[in-house]
Amino acid sequence: MNKTLDSIDKHLKRRHRADRRYRLYGQLAIVFALLFLLMFFFSIITRALPAFWYQTASLSLELSARVLGGEAGDPLPREISERQARKLLDAALALELGPSSERAILRARRALLTPLAALELKKLLLEKRYKDQEREQGVRIGDKLLLPFALSSESGNYISSLRYSQLGSKEEEASSLPEPQRRSLSILQQRGLIEKRFNFAFFVRSDSRTATSAGIWGALVGSFWALLIAFILAFPLGLFTALHLQEFAPRNRLTYVIEVAIYNLAAVPSIVFGLLGLSIFLNWWHLPRSASLVGGLVLALMTLPTIVVASRNALASVSEGIRSAGLALGASREQVVFHHVLPRAMPGILTGTIIGMAQALGETAPLLMIGMVAFVAQAPMTPLEPATALPVQIFLWADHPDPAFSSRSAAAILVMLVFLVVMNAAAVILRRSFERRG
Amino acid sequence: MGMLTFAASVFALFALVGFVLFLRTVARSRAFTHRDAYSFPSASLLVGFIATISTAFLLLLPFLLPRASIPTILLGAHSPLVLIGVCALLGACASLGFVFYAPRSFPSRRFVGASVRVMLFLSSTLAVATTVAIVASLLFETLRFLEEVPLGDFLFGLHWSPQTALFSDDIGSSGAFGAIPVVLGTFLITLIAISVAVPIGLFAAVYLSEFAHKRTRSIVKPILEILSGIPTVVYGFFAALVLAPLISKLGDLIGLQVASESALAAGMVMGVMLIPFVSSLSDDALAAVPRDIRDASLALGATQSETVARAVLPAAFPGVLAGVLLAFSRAVGETMIVVMAAGLAAKMTFNPLAAPTTITVQIVTLLVGDQEFDSSKTLSAFALGMLLFCLTLVINASALFATRRYGSRYE
Repeated sequence: MNKTLDSIDKHLKRRHRADRRYRLYGQLAIVFALLFLLMFFFSIITRALPAFWYQTASLSLELSARVLGGEAGDPLPREISERQARKLLDAALALELGPSSERAILRARRALLTPLAALELKKLLLEKRYKDQEREQGVRIGDKLLLPFALSSESGNYISSLRYSQLGSKEEEASSLPEPQRRSLSILQQRGLIEKRFNFAFFVRSDSRTATSAGIWGALVGSFWALLIAFILAFPLGLFTALHLQEFAPRNRLTYVIEVAIYNLAAVPSIVFGLLGLSIFLNWWHLPRSASLVGGLVLALMTLPTIVVASRNALASVSEGIRSAGLALGASREQVVFHHVLPRAMPGILTGTIIGMAQALGETAPLLMIGMVAFVAQAPMTPLEPATALPVQIFLWADHPDPAFSSRSAAAILVMLVFLVVMNAAAVILRRSFERRG
Repeated sequence: MGMLTFAASVFALFALVGFVLFLRTVARSRAFTHRDAYSFPSASLLVGFIATISTAFLLLLPFLLPRASIPTILLGAHSPLVLIGVCALLGACASLGFVFYAPRSFPSRRFVGASVRVMLFLSSTLAVATTVAIVASLLFETLRFLEEVPLGDFLFGLHWSPQTALFSDDIGSSGAFGAIPVVLGTFLITLIAISVAVPIGLFAAVYLSEFAHKRTRSIVKPILEILSGIPTVVYGFFAALVLAPLISKLGDLIGLQVASESALAAGMVMGVMLIPFVSSLSDDALAAVPRDIRDASLALGATQSETVARAVLPAAFPGVLAGVLLAFSRAVGETMIVVMAAGLAAKMTFNPLAAPTTITVQIVTLLVGDQEFDSSKTLSAFALGMLLFCLTLVINASALFATRRYGSRYE
């Protein structure tokens, strides 16, 4: 007797252990997913942060008459060449690091700053000259200016690694930078001229060959055009399709075909839509390659099923009583749908549309197919100009061998995620307010 | 010029809308009501309708008529602004004409209703048109490809190396187009992804729907859903720049040769991407299982885990299977993760530490950049696209079949 009880007890214990194990597996699965998410955001944010900041060296620049011509007190000349600007920069660097006329040293010093430093200085001086003419308070020849200049990405990395090594957390690994440049940088740093600044340019500039001056503005504009076109096309068409299927369509073979087509489109891989865009929009209709117009068309076709399904659900959730009441008062079917059912379903439809647009914002593969991967250094003014989109820019920068670009890619990811969070939050708020209203 | 045209078209659009609104006011004024039109509110709508449709028709006329006809020349000679303006004006005249000369008893409401229905029906055929366009464009290019490469060689060939010849008459411009290694690479990465996504997604769904507190569920579920909202290019970034170096470093530590673009990194990240997909579909399937089945099993003395494993999961199996199949088709068609984190060279290998290529990677590498559209190299991308389309179609259809055939048992 005791033996039987014992064996039952044992058996029961084993079964309870199995129960606990099962529960543990579930918890482990969830913990794994959450840990992944944590690691994911941590690694992207830590990679992105350097791109939002850049190191500058404040240099006192003398607008010497020797370089620019004219005499002290004269206004700046009408034309300033990049060569002149570079000479001014050389002089400013020589003021801090000691005079030198050796070619190698000059070149090494120029490499401290970004390759575009001279060009930017030229632009700045021309701007100041313009202001001078407008308001009598710009700069004249012979004046001294204290200006911050962006360091090149290598020197910036070196400075950051110096900071780390002072903290003792990281070893000095910037050995790729030649010795004279490292010495010059430490001189500048000892004099307190090196300063970290927020990289506004990242948001207002477009793609560039050098990492320090590359920004996301062009990609944002390209994405905006593509999404706008996708919305203009997909929203009405998706809404009309849903209205037809949910409110008017007779139950016949044709309706079935349409429904199957929509469910099929929802599951077609995105790259196949890219192939469609390539062979129909580009090769057959001869629409401009790389344009956000074509991108918008392809994205519209891709978001169509999302919008149709969401709109159908929203329409189906409107109570049948409203339709009956409308019909009983003598309204036609169309009047009932457009005056009473549609306004009630609108929040749900808009929620679905926003979610569809958020998906379209992150879509990359079809845009690669229609050539939106070109290097585009200017924001497109119209949807017909060559453009890139935000996710494509992320892809291009992530592939770049220069690590400064992959940091920019991570920063662009953060910007895109912010947009996605805002869009999804809008969708959630819309749905909540609708639910409260009943 | 482009900007100007665009601004002009927007302006013209606004002008058109303004004119239609003006016409609506005309239609609402006394001048119209005394004409005793049947169903008054629809009449103003109808006026707008006629204006818009006749304008659109006039704008499309040059495209419909042969090139040399008089209207085409007249309309084609001017800037888009003038064109749109003229058409809008003519359209407006047409609607004004309707306002003043329509018969008293014109059934506006029925007419508007019917045209609305036609419009709704026409827009709903777009989905069918898109599907047809996809199939047609893929099929057309694939047939051109098959003229040069026999179907058997493509489907069963063991060698894939589309030569990157600059000119079509270069030596060696005809590469080898055997799809087997590419398909094999696709399935290897998909297999890794599925073996990550299915256990984790399924256990998470079971735990959340059967074991967890309501509050835990309401917190954890939305967080899991975040994973499905992250764009694939971001996953690709993570796989290529974070996970792949990590895995190859780990491999070095234990003395394994790991390729820098290993299938493991791409597959694992893809698996994580699919977790919410599997878990939410399984969750729906579990929720559809009636309470009675659980109660009966528990009443017979089964523990909770036994109930789930022996009663609930078998009942929910078709739904779970459909979820897994849909995740599978997603993984086969997934592009950005593999483009960024998988290899380019097609090899016959099952080693998850090597760098196999996939169908989607090959399509992207063959078609991105400038290309000649007649070479079998670019056409082969469309053949691969066709293969991909058919593969996903078969998988999706079987998922649909699973739910249709077995899914409605408890409804």
